[in-house]
Amino acid sequence: MKMKKILAVLSTAALCTAMFAACGDTSSSGGSAASGGAAGGSDGPIKVGIINNDPNESGYRTANDKDLQEAFSSANGFDAKFAYSMKNDEQIAAAQKFIQDEVDYLLISAADTAGWDSVLKDAQAAGVSVILFDRTIDASEDLYEASIVSDMAKEGTTAVEWLKGQNLDSYKVIHIQGVMGSAAQKGRSQALTDAAAADSGKWEIVAEQTGEWNAEKAQQIVQSVIDSKKEFNVIYAENDDMAKGAVAALDKAGISHGVGKDVIVMGFDCNKWALQELLDQNWNYDGQCNPFQSSYIKDVIDKLEKGEKLEQKTIIMDEKGFDATTITKEDVDKYGIG
Amino acid sequence: MPSKNKAVPPKTPLWARITKHQIIIPIAALLALALFNLIADPSFFRIELKENSAGNMILSGNLISIIDSGSELAILALGMTLVTAASGGQDISVGAAIAISGSVMLRVLCGNNSHPTSLQAPIIVALLVACLVSMAFGAFNGALVAFFKIQPMVATLILFTAGRSIAAWINNNELPIVSDETFSYFGNNIPGIPIPTPFLIAIVCFIVTWLFMKFTNISLYVQSVGVNEKTSRLNGLNPEFIKLMTYVLLGLCVAIAAFIKVSRISTINYSVVAKDIEMDAILAVALGGNALSGGKFSMSASVLGAYVIQFLTTTLYKFEVKATALPAYKAVVVIALVVLSAPTVREKLSQLSKKFRKKAPAAKAA
Repeated sequence: MKMKKILAVLSTAALCTAMFAACGDTSSSGGSAASGGAAGGSDGPIKVGIINNDPNESGYRTANDKDLQEAFSSANGFDAKFAYSMKNDEQIAAAQKFIQDEVDYLLISAADTAGWDSVLKDAQAAGVSVILFDRTIDASEDLYEASIVSDMAKEGTTAVEWLKGQNLDSYKVIHIQGVMGSAAQKGRSQALTDAAAADSGKWEIVAEQTGEWNAEKAQQIVQSVIDSKKEFNVIYAENDDMAKGAVAALDKAGISHGVGKDVIVMGFDCNKWALQELLDQNWNYDGQCNPFQSSYIKDVIDKLEKGEKLEQKTIIMDEKGFDATTITKEDVDKYGIG
Repeated sequence: MPSKNKAVPPKTPLWARITKHQIIIPIAALLALALFNLIADPSFFRIELKENSAGNMILSGNLISIIDSGSELAILALGMTLVTAASGGQDISVGAAIAISGSVMLRVLCGNNSHPTSLQAPIIVALLVACLVSMAFGAFNGALVAFFKIQPMVATLILFTAGRSIAAWINNNELPIVSDETFSYFGNNIPGIPIPTPFLIAIVCFIVTWLFMKFTNISLYVQSVGVNEKTSRLNGLNPEFIKLMTYVLLGLCVAIAAFIKVSRISTINYSVVAKDIEMDAILAVALGGNALSGGKFSMSASVLGAYVIQFLTTTLYKFEVKATALPAYKAVVVIALVVLSAPTVREKLSQLSKKFRKKAPAAKAA
């Protein structure tokens, strides 16, 4: 009896440690990778505090974090500290700590748009330059140096313009949305909704439903459209996972998809495996959501270090859309995430 | 008509016996949903034999989609019913646990390379490893509940919070993809068999569980622990062990559900795989008319409850409910079902029907 109890306690303890080890590992895997690059200036490394969302959130975030870690390595002349949280208050606390540590630059990908005013004022008072990346916040423009963002609405219009360019006789679209209310969902949905409303004779949204970024839900949604015998020739999925789920449903029903086939498949985010599907002609289009922001941030820092002025505060990144008929193996390797 | 009149006296107790039976609630819910669909659009029930992309004949149709997509939930409902009955609480970490065991499975299958061209280990080995890991995590939850007497929901909150991070850590934050075709059979169709494999796996699980319940006293033990821990101890049972065991069994169910989930799309996304499935699993137990405070339980009612939830989801998709309104519709139906299955309401209803029946013959006599 006693033996059993001890065993139970031990196994609980073991699992506990395993758990903490797991958590510890993700938060402390500091920039060890990264190669080359010249030493960054003679006056010591530039101190950077980076506040980001949890890298486990998605493949996008993992790539984003990896890119930043490689760019702001000590080999490149930076002394970077990282803080991860998906909660706004924890991020603000981390920002305050970085200000106390007297970093030169504070890079923030905010979890939430509100609540940043006072901490940004503190940063300004302490002479810390703030650069926002990936996500904007609701604060006066004077409080930060630059904001580097994706334009989700533009991603949507690029994709829809491409679709219009396919010159189909009629567009019967299954629209699989992301988590309702998220920036990516809003931007990517709007373009399609507008296009369908503008030319309702030619465009029809056969089904519009949220797949919540989840492949399996998307599969069920498309399956339900197939089961009810509705016709469609385009699948507009707002991320790659959902496009994959949709394709699984098509495969099950024996409906052909891809270049020159019955159904056009569109996805977003440019995961490497998704671009591979394009290369194999199984999908037709994939829109980029650029996680590689470090080069833009570095440009800004370089300019500020030289005392130059930035032309504009909000920098919108170049984002491509890939067409299965023109994509190359190099594109897959260069732009693919993961 | 006259023959029915004659049958009235013996029928009343039979009717009472039927309504008293727990399984009547999910069956009634299923019938109501089916009736609704039948009236709205009879083509809902059409089933066809079609050829899929690989050239195999498979069954397709809304009903097939329901038994296919509801499988994971039904399997989870088996374990969740046991946990609920024994410990009087629910495990809210099953979604995160699915992410973990799915991740373990892919790690074993893919080795160190996240996109291998061939499998690095047999599928059965991956499944067994995932089962073991999942049962270990189940034991962790169970130990917290059984030995440390922590509220089940609080104890499992730990894994609920940390689980998806652990899952990501197992694969170094990468998203492995299995390219081997045989792996996808388990989430889709085995060539030559037109019935979706997840449903077959679920059927096997039901049969094994049924045999397990039939030939062991486990069901009695679990109920007695759930009804009264002290008296069951006085009767020579070990309540701690039985509680622990139910959590380990739920761990096994989780591993099987994860196997199906991962196989469906041959990859995993840690943040969204099986998201919110814990709530659906608890709901399945509640819809089955099981008391969430533990004690007596009916497995088959929970399983039917799981299929009711899937039936509802498919129906809502079919009628193209707006994405923003989907949760609201689901909530309304769920509230109605849960209220109807509440013991107090059922008592009131049976009293009402008794009254009604007493009045009816009286009216006829007059």
